[in-house]
Amino acid sequence: MAFVAAVSKRSSVVRGIKRPSTPYLLLIPGLAWLAMFFIFPLINLASTSTQTPGDSGEVGVYVQTFRFANYFDAFSGARDQFLRSFLFAFIATVLALAISYPLAYAIAFKSGKWKNLLLVLVVAPFFTSFLLRTVAWKQILGNEGPVVAVLKFLHILGPQSGLTASAFAVVTGMTYNFLPFMTLPLYASLERIDPRTLEASSDLYANGITTFRKVTFPLSLPGVVAGTLLTFIPAAGDYINATLLGNPRTKMIGNVIESRFFDIVDYPTAAALSFMLMAAILIMVMVYVRRAGTEELV
Amino acid sequence: MVDAAASTKGDLNLTNLVKEFGDFRAVDDLSLLIPEGSFFALLGPSGCGKTTTLRMIAGLEEPTSGKIAIGPTDITYAKPYARPVNTVFQNYALFPHLTIFENVAFGLRRRGVKDVKEQVTKVLELVELGHLAGRKPVQLSGGQQQRIAVARAIVNRPALLLLDEPLGALDLKLRRQMQIELKWIQTEVGLTFVHVTHDQEEAMTMADTIAVMNEGRIEQMGTPVELYESPRTVFVANFLGQSNLVKGKVEGTSGDDLLVSVHGNRIIVPANRDFAADNHENSVLIGIRPEKISLEHAEENTLGGGIITDISFVGVSTQFQVQMPWGQELAVFEQNDGGASHLQKGDTVSLSWKPQFTFALDGTADVDAGTSVNPDEE
Repeated sequence: MAFVAAVSKRSSVVRGIKRPSTPYLLLIPGLAWLAMFFIFPLINLASTSTQTPGDSGEVGVYVQTFRFANYFDAFSGARDQFLRSFLFAFIATVLALAISYPLAYAIAFKSGKWKNLLLVLVVAPFFTSFLLRTVAWKQILGNEGPVVAVLKFLHILGPQSGLTASAFAVVTGMTYNFLPFMTLPLYASLERIDPRTLEASSDLYANGITTFRKVTFPLSLPGVVAGTLLTFIPAAGDYINATLLGNPRTKMIGNVIESRFFDIVDYPTAAALSFMLMAAILIMVMVYVRRAGTEELV
Repeated sequence: MVDAAASTKGDLNLTNLVKEFGDFRAVDDLSLLIPEGSFFALLGPSGCGKTTTLRMIAGLEEPTSGKIAIGPTDITYAKPYARPVNTVFQNYALFPHLTIFENVAFGLRRRGVKDVKEQVTKVLELVELGHLAGRKPVQLSGGQQQRIAVARAIVNRPALLLLDEPLGALDLKLRRQMQIELKWIQTEVGLTFVHVTHDQEEAMTMADTIAVMNEGRIEQMGTPVELYESPRTVFVANFLGQSNLVKGKVEGTSGDDLLVSVHGNRIIVPANRDFAADNHENSVLIGIRPEKISLEHAEENTLGGGIITDISFVGVSTQFQVQMPWGQELAVFEQNDGGASHLQKGDTVSLSWKPQFTFALDGTADVDAGTSVNPDEE
């Protein structure tokens, strides 16, 4: 008996060592990657953000002095761009949601045999470069383009005005560029809805609008939350759209960070701005996810 | 619209109902009257059109032609939400994002009913799940979800409650229990229940009236006893329980009885059980249920010279397969009361039964109709 017990104990020990270690081994490459390209740069960025120019006065040389006032200086210098970034990102997110929801709904419920083709078309823009697609909007909204011509014909736009190099163009570009990130999660959560729950709703005296309000939309909330986050977060930090489609008065925080890093070589300010952007987005996302209450959804 | 619908009461009347999907005719000129307050079952194999019929009554499918009315009110083209009809869906289709209470309250809230809390509480007590009101559907077992689906429908007191294979997802034991419970609820609330199922035992246990459907048409309608004891078509004879059907030739009549020659044996069929009366020139099929046959006692109807090819003991009865001289295998069920226990495989036996149990069907029909359908599929 004792022998049997000893053997079984030993074998369980062997298993206890071997089995669980495999997943951890498999995690090592990913963790190493994260440490090297995310955690280390983050620490580096944090340390840069409190540095001050060196005594030599040479451009681009900074020493660590733990000057946290860098943050106040950076913020007061870029407050407008900060607010504008969040405003533009918010408008673009709302527009993308308004455009994507009916699209995702149609693909999920009404497309029949065209479903796969439509999904490919949603992703198709990724086959060309982000930059090219944004430049294309310059032409679409340009003074010789079709949009301006139609709006002028309808007298919505005056004869001397245009659409490019404006806040409108920047928001339009951002909305366009992030549409797939909104559409795909929406589609995924709409597609998961059992059509019989919609039939049940209709059977229980709810008309089409009520069924949408009480059943379809609540059940698609995980997709709405995922889609809005995937749009809002990159949109808030975006600077390509503002660079290509905007003017000096539509600069976003991304533009400020970019010029601080590459043009002025003011690393501490750029780092401080980056950190503040990250923190602001994190707080907003946390509040948003809490309020949407997605953790209660199945 | 909804208020008018809610006050609608009366018998459900389907008139010449047709539903086509492309070339396929799912429901073929179906007419049916379901009396108010009855427990009605639509029974048939998968693809027979029973679910399509139910969905048309619910308003989830639009008929190609025909009419659906409850009492005097025509609801053929009314929207699902404007009908006094509620459905218990096959997989319940509970709202996963709502609590059990809100699931049940859904219909009441849409209709703007005042005492929602009171009514929901009452119906949850009826299905004995009041303590689960705050839970979400995923936290419930299959049987509990099933009862919530019933509660969610009956709380609205519809003129008509439709049940689409409501017990299909439950295991056998739970299914038996829910059959009794549903029957009890129906008696308790007094609503008209229309129950769609492919399970003949379920239909016979629960329903007052059964309509057996096949290929979009009603084969036969009646009480469970009528359908079982006096099937009028080969399909019904085979689909409900098991039947022995043997070809024979009408020889003549004797008083009220029909005399049929079956491979040289004279079989007596009472005239009121002759369901092939308009087609006597051709052969008829005489039918007898396996449990009506005795291998021990001689009765008026006898087929001799059978050889037992298989014996299976199933507890309450023993089932024999007997090969007749003309090659056909017939089934005989003997009660395990000691009478036939000495019989062995290979023994020669005579099959005897009382004439009153015999029925005669149209001999031109396919003898295997209704047998090849597997009642457990779908």
